[in-house]
Amino acid sequence: METNYVSSVKGGWVQSLLQSITSSLRSLKWGDYVFTLALAAGAIFAEIKFSAFMDSYEQIILFCSVPVLAFLGWAWAPLRHLMIGSTALTFMAIYFYQTPEGGSLLRAEQAFFLKYMISSQSAILWMSVFFAFSTFFYTLGFIVRSSTMGPAASKLSWAAVYFGLSGMLVRWYESYLMGADIGHIPISNLYEVFILFCLVTALYHLYYEARYKSMALGAFVLWIIFAAVAFIFWYSVTRDAHQIQPLVPALQSWWMKIHVPANFIGYGTFAIAAMVAIAYILKAKNYLVDRLPSLEVLDDVMYKSIAVGFAFFTIATILGALWAAEAWGGYWSWDPKETWALIVWLNYAAWLHMRLMKGLRGVVAAWWALGGLFVTTFAFIGVNMFLSGLHSYGTL
Amino acid sequence: MSTFTADTGVFKKFNRGSVELLSSMRFAITLLTIISIASMIGTVIKQGEPYANYVNQFGPFWAELFNGLGLFAVYTAWWFLLILAFLVLSVSFCVTRNAPKMLADVRSWKEHVHEGGLRALHHNFEYASKLEHSAAASAVAERLVKDGYSVKTLIADDHSKVMAKKGAASKWGYIFAHSAIVFICLGGLLDGDLFTRAQIWFGGKSILPASTQGMLISDIPSEHKLSADNPSYRANIFVPEGGTSSTALLNATSGSIIQELPFSVTLKKFHVEYYSTGMPKLFMSEVLIKDLDAGKEIEAQIKVNEPLIHRGVAIYQSSFEDGGSKLKLRGYPIQGSINSVKSSFIINGEVGQSTALKSSNGTSYSLEFVGFRPTNVENIANASGETDVRGVAIQKADTGLAQAFNNRLGSGAKTSKAADLKNVGPSVQYKLRDASGQAREFSNYMQPLFLDGMPKFLLGVRESAAEEFKYLRIPADDNLSLNEWLTLRTLLQDQGARQRAVQRFAQSLSQQSGFVASPQAIAQLKESAIRSIELFSGASDFAIKLAEESGTSPGGFVALGSFIDRAVPEAEREKAAEVILKVLNGVIWELWQEARAQLKLPTAKQDENSQRFIQAATSALSDANFYPAPLTFQLDSFEEVKASVFQVTRSPGKNMVYFGSLLLVLGIFAMFYLPERRIWVKSLGNGKNLFAMSTSRKTLDFEKEFNKYQEDLNHGN
Repeated sequence: METNYVSSVKGGWVQSLLQSITSSLRSLKWGDYVFTLALAAGAIFAEIKFSAFMDSYEQIILFCSVPVLAFLGWAWAPLRHLMIGSTALTFMAIYFYQTPEGGSLLRAEQAFFLKYMISSQSAILWMSVFFAFSTFFYTLGFIVRSSTMGPAASKLSWAAVYFGLSGMLVRWYESYLMGADIGHIPISNLYEVFILFCLVTALYHLYYEARYKSMALGAFVLWIIFAAVAFIFWYSVTRDAHQIQPLVPALQSWWMKIHVPANFIGYGTFAIAAMVAIAYILKAKNYLVDRLPSLEVLDDVMYKSIAVGFAFFTIATILGALWAAEAWGGYWSWDPKETWALIVWLNYAAWLHMRLMKGLRGVVAAWWALGGLFVTTFAFIGVNMFLSGLHSYGTL
Repeated sequence: MSTFTADTGVFKKFNRGSVELLSSMRFAITLLTIISIASMIGTVIKQGEPYANYVNQFGPFWAELFNGLGLFAVYTAWWFLLILAFLVLSVSFCVTRNAPKMLADVRSWKEHVHEGGLRALHHNFEYASKLEHSAAASAVAERLVKDGYSVKTLIADDHSKVMAKKGAASKWGYIFAHSAIVFICLGGLLDGDLFTRAQIWFGGKSILPASTQGMLISDIPSEHKLSADNPSYRANIFVPEGGTSSTALLNATSGSIIQELPFSVTLKKFHVEYYSTGMPKLFMSEVLIKDLDAGKEIEAQIKVNEPLIHRGVAIYQSSFEDGGSKLKLRGYPIQGSINSVKSSFIINGEVGQSTALKSSNGTSYSLEFVGFRPTNVENIANASGETDVRGVAIQKADTGLAQAFNNRLGSGAKTSKAADLKNVGPSVQYKLRDASGQAREFSNYMQPLFLDGMPKFLLGVRESAAEEFKYLRIPADDNLSLNEWLTLRTLLQDQGARQRAVQRFAQSLSQQSGFVASPQAIAQLKESAIRSIELFSGASDFAIKLAEESGTSPGGFVALGSFIDRAVPEAEREKAAEVILKVLNGVIWELWQEARAQLKLPTAKQDENSQRFIQAATSALSDANFYPAPLTFQLDSFEEVKASVFQVTRSPGKNMVYFGSLLLVLGIFAMFYLPERRIWVKSLGNGKNLFAMSTSRKTLDFEKEFNKYQEDLNHGN
């Protein structure tokens, strides 16, 4: 016996795509449009004024950054404030750098605002200070269960990000003041990318913090940033690494502008996953149980971080291969850095397989994520310290 | 007959079992682990070095063992490729087994799941609806469409069913990402050295033997040459300025082979530019490419990051070398009594060549012209504000925290250490190889460098490439030449000259005002002066014996110091040393005056500059005893010839790898960010509906979504 049905089919991916686009456009406020227009205007301004300094690929990157940044700004309002704030700080710094004869580096020693606030080195120092305080307050708030210290620590973290990003942007400008042929985006050596690492990690942490409404993770995640800040400090004091160096021919490429940031989204989120894994292990072993969020939340943050990291690390490695094909004559040379990137990738690929296909959860997954940080750290710094190869510009 | 079927049964079973194993995840993860570990080994042990280096590093036993395991070329070792092949096989099985199921699953609405089945799903709830069942179904269907689901509604007379699904892309993502691995591995395999190896194994080609070294390319037999039709290679071409090459050197697993090209590359000019810091800024080759068959010519510029692609062959700027710069050197003997200036001689050579030297006493050397650098940018200042050519900063004691902070505030252009970067001009590197084959490397700057307030020539030497150069610093004279010091050195070795100098020294001292010139004192002074200079020049027996023990040339401060240690009681040593140095200084001054007279120069003025020269010259005379060669060569003139090293690659698998990469990125994003969901809503007949939801991957987001539906539907939204 067959039942007679009246059948109808609705929906589908085309419809849902259109729907999500229209609904998200509809949800945009006038502020979002103004923000987007401002971004576009900035890109056009840069194009008109500085196109001589960019090749066509770099101009494409410039214009592609408009929708990307706009999307990020729409998706999470604090990011928009960050973009506006640090752009304003950067413009102030540029203003103070001006003399009747144009920009001059000497102003960094003369103008109080530059010398002590927002010249790149000062801003980065402020970033370090704010991160250190943020780490301290997150941890103290976690220990004494204070409800006020967490938000304060969060604000300090934001302050650090504002100063760090501004410092990087000002550094970019300063590099051009050193000489038009020296100027380049400040993500070209170990010192600069460590700052990038701090910024990316902090931003991801702040995002998860807002999303899960938990201040407890800061007491863990900020320590890895603190370690990075300590490294930056040591590197600057003992090796004078903070001095802007011109680019060797191999690095003079537009690929750097996308390869390096993509990589650091990976490194940053892997680092977060590892720090959350520590929290998970502690909680699973019945330590600090009432202070930490539920195991499910910890597990979810860990998974999400690794998923984001894995996706971007894949992109970064592929971009690296494309770049290598142009600069070194082959997309894959089994150079130590490449090989270790592959090992990192394989490690997290295995983690994701075990989790998604075999349902690996709990302490084992957490220990593995923590171990992943050691593999990642070796790929990031260890290779530069102990192994020689084509990535020699990252040497300690 | 029956045994036959049994056999096929076993065979089938085995077959199924092995497919099962190959496509299992445990197997794939094991492979990933092995690949990771093998890759780690490959990064720790330097790959593709000459075998002798490994023997040095690990000892003969381990080197042999590691070599047998292929650890010196891990990434092309047969077992590594085998593991990769298994990975490809495993992933392919995985995809081919799962893909059809997945695609069928994506298409299906799963409308025949019964109520029991839905209740068996962990995520289900019942909710009451005031609406009639068909209206309720339409309402929930509309809601699901709004949430991005594709929805099928089935309405019968007495009940209705709603089936919704989302995230089919997640399954496609799985298929994309996994087939991407297959594409990438296969593409990579094509671009590896597989074709070269195949030609060695089956095409009668072989690795270049050592005997072909230095042979003309055209004389090398064709079995060591791969034709231009070779579909895949990665080789190097070395072209000096003005030169042309149509062959490249291909590094195979255990040696190299000549790779012929379908075109020739002529290097018209090589440009290298530096930043003021001495860091390279630009490497660019101006080349002329000529097709060997059609004769068509094109001109092009090749830079790092801007390769030229010609007839499917990509030409990259890889590095640059000296292309045989023509050097004119002047050799100075700097040991023994031979006159350093008069016996100096000119020798011509080209970088990369060598020439035989025979000295009068029968010892022979081979002089190898190793390198030439037209510019050397050195940090002249060190942190303490003193000058040091090697820039070895000796930092002064702590400058205080405030200072340290202050140094690090401000722009990124600043540095806390003063750097005084200067181009100090050309330098030449050469090796002297003695009859037994032992070689030392020398590096001499053409021009004197301004050090410690005066110009000095730096003569560098090191025992092996692993060491830093140590420099003998010889003061330049007023004409910025070595001549005065060299003549001084010759006179120091001349007994007559030494005696004359002592005589004059004693005389000049006795004429000085305020000196009580008792003949006894004069005699004593002379004696002491003779002893000092004999020791310093290395002529005294004591010095000779001492030098025999340490294996250096006799004399210098070593001989003097040892003598004082032996002859003078400890309490008086310091004072004695002071007196002896003064005396020595005076005698060498007189020697210098004789040297100047020989060079037809007037007597030097008694001033600070002269004192500085004497001090530096005396130190250099003493240090020269440690200079491990009887000769030194100074750059007289040069004609630089640069050479460019290009990498030429033909990679047929490249597009496959890139396509795989694209699939991989699409696949990963689809899998992570387009999660699969299914929802069933079934009317139960009593005014209640059963809602059930499933996903292939349970995440917190899934729970949230489910809870939202539960809340909304129970409140009639």
